[in-house]
Amino acid sequence: MIALLSRDLKLAVRAGGGFGLGLAFFLIVTVLIPFGVGPETELLSRIAPGVLWIGALLACLLSLDRIFALDWEDGSLDLLATAPLPLEAIVTIKAAAHWLTTGLPLVLAAPALGVLLSLPQGAYLWVLVSLALGTPALSVIGTFGAALTVGLKRGGLLLSLLVLPLYVPTLIFGAELARRGAAGLEVEAPLLMLAGISFGTLALLPFASAAVLRINLR
Amino acid sequence: MDLTLADVTVARGGVPVLEGVSFSLAPGRALVLRGPNGSGKTTLLRTVAGLQPELSGTIEGAGERVAYAAHADGLKAMLSVGENLRFWARVFGLSEIGAALAAFDLERLEDRLAGNLSAGQKRRLGLARLMVTGRPLWVLDEPTVSLDAASVALFADAVRAHLGQGGSALMATHIDLGIPEAGIFDVTSLRARPRAAVQDEAFL
Repeated sequence: MIALLSRDLKLAVRAGGGFGLGLAFFLIVTVLIPFGVGPETELLSRIAPGVLWIGALLACLLSLDRIFALDWEDGSLDLLATAPLPLEAIVTIKAAAHWLTTGLPLVLAAPALGVLLSLPQGAYLWVLVSLALGTPALSVIGTFGAALTVGLKRGGLLLSLLVLPLYVPTLIFGAELARRGAAGLEVEAPLLMLAGISFGTLALLPFASAAVLRINLR
Repeated sequence: MDLTLADVTVARGGVPVLEGVSFSLAPGRALVLRGPNGSGKTTLLRTVAGLQPELSGTIEGAGERVAYAAHADGLKAMLSVGENLRFWARVFGLSEIGAALAAFDLERLEDRLAGNLSAGQKRRLGLARLMVTGRPLWVLDEPTVSLDAASVALFADAVRAHLGQGGSALMATHIDLGIPEAGIFDVTSLRARPRAAVQDEAFL
């Protein structure tokens, strides 16, 4: 299992691996927002948590189709399926590698980008907490979408259409947690819901992803 | 443990391509599948490797004993030859790759990126991967594609050594491998009668 994780991380940082792609996209989106809505600090700081969340979500989406497509093209996926690792473990590791190369950098970059959006003082912590808690769910749900569309030619668009609706609950509770935290309101409910979504998808979706992968490999 | 197929029917895209396939392969033996293009050799091999279910019949002695090598070698262009091989060794719980590199004359290429290899060298690396799986039953689909005569000889030596250690090999190939002790199984007469596609369970 460690071998697969370290291989995926190694491939991500080598040429053509796509590491930093999501991060650069996130940076550009958040820089574009002030240009779009104008330099009103008050308006910006009110929408900043939501903008950061949507930016992170779209950046996450950008790299989803690479999760299985590359391994499928070069035949590694067939060989992994015959390896001693269960497919459930393989999809979990793939999701973990995606989070480490895409989700985690987004979480760490969000406070810095918050400065550009005049994020209110008290909101930094909560944006960080909500993204750290929510982005694993984005990776796990995205891995499920990638497993559904593996083997389809140009399945990237279909993947986005399939995955974006599934991202809605994570986005609602993640952005709500960040917004409430920023406003100094009570945060327990969205915090628990977001944690529930993350751990729930982490516990259940790998089985679904492995099942659809098995069908797609036939 | 023998690999035993009893009255197996395999399907591609829901359409049966071979039916009534029965044979058995003992340790230390090799079996070569023969048949024209499209006769179902690849489908049969994928079924034995467990990548797709058989429509009917039973397959015993496959599963966790299979090391499968397909048309695609499963190599990462941005990893070196050694890294590719070490990765597969670790996935299969082993760590030693020296013997596999030596058997396929890849030692001088160990630090080269797999993306920079020629087609024949990639194939040799893909076949060397079989040796780091530690599995007894090699299931090989057209193993000698793009290999030159010298490399085919290396491959034949590797198969013979594997058989000598009690392993077995099931392969589909069109050329003579120079392994006289290998049995030949012609699938041509087992091609399924044309009939409508079986209902795909995904759409039930």
